[in-house]
Amino acid sequence: MDWRRFSFIGFIIVFLFTVVVLIGGSRVSPTIIISSMLTTTIAVATPLTLGALSGVFCERAGVVNIGIEGMMLAAAFFGWLTAIYMNTVFKFDPNLSLWTGVLAAILTGGLFALLHAWLSITFKVDQIIGGTVINILAVGITGFLNRQMFFGEGSIFGGNVPHAPGLLPSLSKWLAPLCGGPEGCLGLPGLIQGTFLDQKPVALAAIALVLVSHYVLFNTRWGLRTRAVGEHPKAADTVGINVYRIRYVNVIIGGMLAGLGGAYFTIESVPSFEPLMTNGRGFISLAAMIFGNWTPFGAWAAALVFGASQALQINLQFFRDAIPPQWAFLQHAYIVGLAPYVLTMLILTGIIGKTIPPAADGQPYEK
Amino acid sequence: MSEKPIVLEARGITKRFPGVLANDHVDFDLRQGEVHALLGENGAGKSTLMNILYGLYTADSGEILVNGKPLTLNSPRDAIEHGIGMVHQHFMLIPVFTVTENIMLGAETDHRPHKSEAPLVKLDRKQVSQIVRDFSHQYGLDVDPDAIVGDLPVGVQQRVEIVKALYRKANILILDEPTAVLTPQEAEELFRIIRELTTRGVSVIFISHKLKEVLSIADRITVMRAGRVVGATTPAESDEHQLAAMMVGREVILSVEKEPAQPKEDVLVVENLRVRDVRDLEAVRGVSFTVRAGEILGIAGVQGNGQTELAEALTGLRRIESGSVKLAGRDLTNCPPRLFTETGLAHIPEDRQRHGLVLGYTIADNMVLCDYYRPPFSARGVLQTQALDEHARKLIQNFDVRTPSPYVAAGKLSGGNQQKVIVARELSRPSVRLVIANQPTRGLDVGSIEYIHKEIVLMRDQGVAVLLISAELDEIMSLSDRIAVMYHGQIVTTVEAHAVTREQLGLWMAGAKPEQTATSV
Repeated sequence: MDWRRFSFIGFIIVFLFTVVVLIGGSRVSPTIIISSMLTTTIAVATPLTLGALSGVFCERAGVVNIGIEGMMLAAAFFGWLTAIYMNTVFKFDPNLSLWTGVLAAILTGGLFALLHAWLSITFKVDQIIGGTVINILAVGITGFLNRQMFFGEGSIFGGNVPHAPGLLPSLSKWLAPLCGGPEGCLGLPGLIQGTFLDQKPVALAAIALVLVSHYVLFNTRWGLRTRAVGEHPKAADTVGINVYRIRYVNVIIGGMLAGLGGAYFTIESVPSFEPLMTNGRGFISLAAMIFGNWTPFGAWAAALVFGASQALQINLQFFRDAIPPQWAFLQHAYIVGLAPYVLTMLILTGIIGKTIPPAADGQPYEK
Repeated sequence: MSEKPIVLEARGITKRFPGVLANDHVDFDLRQGEVHALLGENGAGKSTLMNILYGLYTADSGEILVNGKPLTLNSPRDAIEHGIGMVHQHFMLIPVFTVTENIMLGAETDHRPHKSEAPLVKLDRKQVSQIVRDFSHQYGLDVDPDAIVGDLPVGVQQRVEIVKALYRKANILILDEPTAVLTPQEAEELFRIIRELTTRGVSVIFISHKLKEVLSIADRITVMRAGRVVGATTPAESDEHQLAAMMVGREVILSVEKEPAQPKEDVLVVENLRVRDVRDLEAVRGVSFTVRAGEILGIAGVQGNGQTELAEALTGLRRIESGSVKLAGRDLTNCPPRLFTETGLAHIPEDRQRHGLVLGYTIADNMVLCDYYRPPFSARGVLQTQALDEHARKLIQNFDVRTPSPYVAAGKLSGGNQQKVIVARELSRPSVRLVIANQPTRGLDVGSIEYIHKEIVLMRDQGVAVLLISAELDEIMSLSDRIAVMYHGQIVTTVEAHAVTREQLGLWMAGAKPEQTATSV
């Protein structure tokens, strides 16, 4: 990641924020708008960040993973299903059910990744095909089980979607008992309160994982070997590194990260599952990973751009009638809704210099 | 030497690959502090044997002893543990890593890999780069530990590989074709390093198919052919001819036999040619020369003096800034490559894998890359498989390409056979007037070199003009009728081949100005 890339990203985020402040500034104070935008940006960027980190681990080890979308979708479903089961069938406490759900989502991601690793590393199946298999499989399984279990006659839950055990609480709720009351915790200004304390566990974990991933990839033995295997597996082999093991483990780590990203959808964001609810986020994650030049910080920054463009869309809805006539096109939600996709395309055209993938990315290793 | 202990011994090594017996009861030993050369043609089984000694392959039968103790090598890790280091022909370095990172990879916290390794241990780059610096001083291996490997010249990358082995406390060093990618100067430097290492007790296995360097560096020589050891000797007891005969299994004519040239009309006329390279710098700076029918003009020069760009400009592959190229009387300046081939150009390009062949295509398809659109290979836009098949079979036979079938992918062939496919395609085309052969024998074994040289001389004798570009001085001297020396984008001088010495050419190639008295033509 070079400074040009980061400053380009910074520029776009500032630009998107400025648009909203200019439009809504007459109604609500800019601090509140910025705080709300930041909260939404970070929250919306969460699955993208985790998806992009998933891609970074897989591809740094030389395995292309376009199945992130499917891994997230499957994880979202099974995480949610587990949470409901724990709560309604085993009568777990709602919070404990949710955490079990998160764990199940991570495991689901890991299992799907194991399938991908098995196909692409052991059987040397074309990795794009392997990823496609995962995506189709995830759509099929989740759609089928969703229908079988919750809808129609004779389904397990008898046609009634059971009550979901709610959502993971935000950080400020946890801290509330520590600082005597939900409001004014630690007496922090609104901006920080909104940006960080209103975030929920998966979003915060995503940020922490960016830091951890960077450290692991660039400062540890594991990271050095992972990158070596993704660049020149034969060279790694000749110094006694087990290429297959490194690839397997990294793909599974990647799957677990995507699984955590999946948990965001049904356990942290909304308390329900809908077929196809990941809606292309897995693919946008891959775009973020590429734009971030296969680095955790770069991927995170790119994910934030997508988050900001969605924050723009959400926030503009509040100020629809405040949009000045010369910007009338912004009143159409679908035009603003295009922003993340247009950005994806723009970014992938390589306007900010070329990115360089790991040299052995996508190539099965033959001993 | 004989009183020195044997540090590594292979006994009766046999290794079979599907369809090939790569090693057939091979015996080999290495004494402490010696350079033992393993000589053989491509495909003789040298690399297989070394890969077995390094733990990359396991032998079907036979045993390996290190310092007298038998052991099994299941992976490079085992080999490293027993002090065996290997510098592969294609370097096993990661271009985007620094020198330090490459050296520490796989042995991050200690000099050798360990059984138990905590994956999340922090890398100590400072400590390792200090060790690298110490090695640099100790052995005269000049390496900057913080440089990115991909930015370094190949000679330095090779030094990194040697330091990598020494860092792992190797006292047995296997060098697989170490000079194949080096310039003569870099090779000299490598030999100096090898001598330095052996005086410090490191034992070296030196794999090569170049006779001269084996004679100059080795203490003992073992020759392999077709998977077997066919002889052992020392430089004092043998010479180039004897070694070549052992390697190939028959008498090899090292010097090319040819009659004096009988040049006729001008075929290629180049006037005041100027060409820029990929970095947009002027690489060919006002070059003029003529090649006549029935003669070989050799262009000598150290690589990177504009030869690549010159060849590309003369084949329509690179834009000509100014000047002109006339082929068979036709002005082809900045014309498309197809016009060159249709006017009678046969081109053997410098990089056979990137520019000479489509590696994923079959041999049959590669044989018609220039003519596929013309009858009999094509009729009304449809390829005629029957014609392609006949053509391929005929050329495979005539040019002695060793392949099980015309439908093997070109990438699967050995380097020598790949080059034969190119030579067959280019030289067999009808009405060839000019052959441009750029490094036609680079990296090939003695047998293939002899063959390709014969074909080139044959073309000349049939009245074809030949432009030979080569960095191998021996090749230039033995094939050319006239020699032009290229230095810094210009032709320094052109001389009759019989009227010049190796030393004189070497001086001109290094930039010396020709004297007034030189026999300029």
